[in-house]
Amino acid sequence: MLAIEADNLTRTFPIRTGGRLRGRRTEVHAVRGVSFGVARGELFGLLGPNGAGKTTTIKMLNTLLLPTGGSARVLGHDVASEPVAVRRRIGYVFGGDRGLYDRLSAQDNLRYFAELYGVEPREQRRRIAELLDLVGLSGRERERVEGYSRGMRQRLHIARGLLHRPEVLFLDEPSIGVDPVAARDLRRTVAGLAAAGTTVLLTTHYMAEADELCDRIAVIARGSLQALGTPAELKSAVSGVGVLEIEAYGIDDARLSAVRALPGVRSAAVRDDGRTQWLTVQSADGAADPEPSVRAALDGLRPGRTLRREPTLEDAYVAVVSRAGDETPQAAA
Amino acid sequence: MTALRRLPRLLAVGVRTHVVYQSRSPLEITFAAVLPVVQATLAVYLFRAAGDPDRLIQASVGAGLMGMWSSVLFGSGGAVQNQRWLGTLEPLVVAPAPLAAVLLPITLATAVVGTYAMGATLLWGVLLFGVPLHLAHPLAFVAAVPACVLALGLTGMLLAATFVLLRNANALANALDTPVWLLSGLLVPITVLPGWTRPLSWALPPTWGARAVQAATGGGAVWPPLLAAIGSGLLYLAAAVAALRYVERRARAAATLALS
Ligand SMILES: Nc1ncnc2c1ncn2[C@@H]1O[C@H](COP(=O)(O)OP(=O)(O)OP(=O)(O)O)[C@@H](O)[C@H]1O
Ligand SMILES: [Mg+2]
Repeated sequence: MLAIEADNLTRTFPIRTGGRLRGRRTEVHAVRGVSFGVARGELFGLLGPNGAGKTTTIKMLNTLLLPTGGSARVLGHDVASEPVAVRRRIGYVFGGDRGLYDRLSAQDNLRYFAELYGVEPREQRRRIAELLDLVGLSGRERERVEGYSRGMRQRLHIARGLLHRPEVLFLDEPSIGVDPVAARDLRRTVAGLAAAGTTVLLTTHYMAEADELCDRIAVIARGSLQALGTPAELKSAVSGVGVLEIEAYGIDDARLSAVRALPGVRSAAVRDDGRTQWLTVQSADGAADPEPSVRAALDGLRPGRTLRREPTLEDAYVAVVSRAGDETPQAAA
Repeated sequence: MTALRRLPRLLAVGVRTHVVYQSRSPLEITFAAVLPVVQATLAVYLFRAAGDPDRLIQASVGAGLMGMWSSVLFGSGGAVQNQRWLGTLEPLVVAPAPLAAVLLPITLATAVVGTYAMGATLLWGVLLFGVPLHLAHPLAFVAAVPACVLALGLTGMLLAATFVLLRNANALANALDTPVWLLSGLLVPITVLPGWTRPLSWALPPTWGARAVQAATGGGAVWPPLLAAIGSGLLYLAAAVAALRYVERRARAAATLALS
């Protein structure tokens, strides 16, 4: 049995545009028929640009939103019709500094939620101490949350999500606002949980984090699944002869379009590192090395060095998302 | 089964958490105590003008009851809305505990915090107006106030159930404030209202809670209205639990759990 099964999941939201009188009722298609399966103990990443539908997908899976189409099961329980069975088995951590009782201490927050999440009374004290230690809040647990920094609140969120040792954990941007060292600890914690058999569904905008942690990754954009595979598979799908980075000055939109139109070029983007511009070119599979033709297209800009590197997950992500942007017209509804 | 066994503790921890939380807002506490004191002052003057000095203590108690009601009304409407603002409504709903067992402690807590109003108006009456703190049945008073808290809290629970659906719950709370305290005779006896309103009054648990508290203050039978308060309150609770099943599903469909 799969831990998470999404079958053509769909969600639309009615929205009003414009003012009260002249406003129109329309619909946002937040998620348009997404299907995937996550095995038990798997660490599954959900990547996508802002507004892609990641949070909406998670909220359908964790029973906060009813799907408007399709279905989903968590550990075999239907998310729409068996919400309590699903809730008993899942944990939910979201990013941001809301969602806590800020006039209460971290300890009181955790005590309350331990009760709500059905942690045995005898076990509560030990479990809370254990989690405070895990997220590095020991010693500050009696302070009110209103005095906490953003990252401290985020860690408290994580502790809360783990209180009842959920079998399936939904992490929606859990590392937002967390400092680098704490983020590394968090990654280690998440990897440890997955190694111990917890199924994790993670969204993040940090590609390195996703690359390091995830067994498999789904990229969604505009509410649809665009790519699904292991990080290695996603990278190899964009590789060709690898990624070229060519140093140049004054690349304008016309030149960029010209480069993109070249044979052997899958995608191109400009990156500015403050002193120089770099043209990042992803080569297409099986095509000849595009370097000569790209340099020719930059004629007059006196292109400098060329660096070659293996594609990163970020390259793969950018390629997938920009392709989705080209192919899905905005007005599709 | 285990859920049922753990319910009392869940409710107790919930009430404690929310009483502590609400008590830590200086603004809310000030409102909870100041507004009733103002109302008590007005009531004392009105009752004096009516040449009814014996009923001064009734005025204090009545104003206290009004304060409790306002606390429950804005507390339950505000509680759900507050959870939404705090972003805690989603973690509360995602918890396996039934939503009714999550909301009930919140509304009970608002009623408990409302007793600050009762304390404040009694103290105010004694200190400023020299209202004799003479209670007809002091012991029954001590029982009637918690029963009234319960009745108010359970009424608030039914309100809270509807507030989960409404993103601007506060507007409804405003509209309900005055009619309910008038109809339930918190300050002025319901006998002065037109006859057709009587069934409405009887249907409100605060009516019975208030009658019990007033009987304990000024004399009369305390226990029948006290039991009626608890009984009708439990009916409201049953209605709220039934409503919440529907409401929760509606909220998941309409996406009203989050602010966005
Ligand atoms: N309650 C709502 N009412 C109306 N539209 C909504 C609602 N919730 C989400 N949407 C819309 O659905 C789309 C997807 O939003 P969602 O929050 O799922 O994106 P996301 O992938 O999580 O983005 P981000 O990376 O910014 O968190 C957006 O267009 C958003 O405006
Ligand atoms: Mg999101």
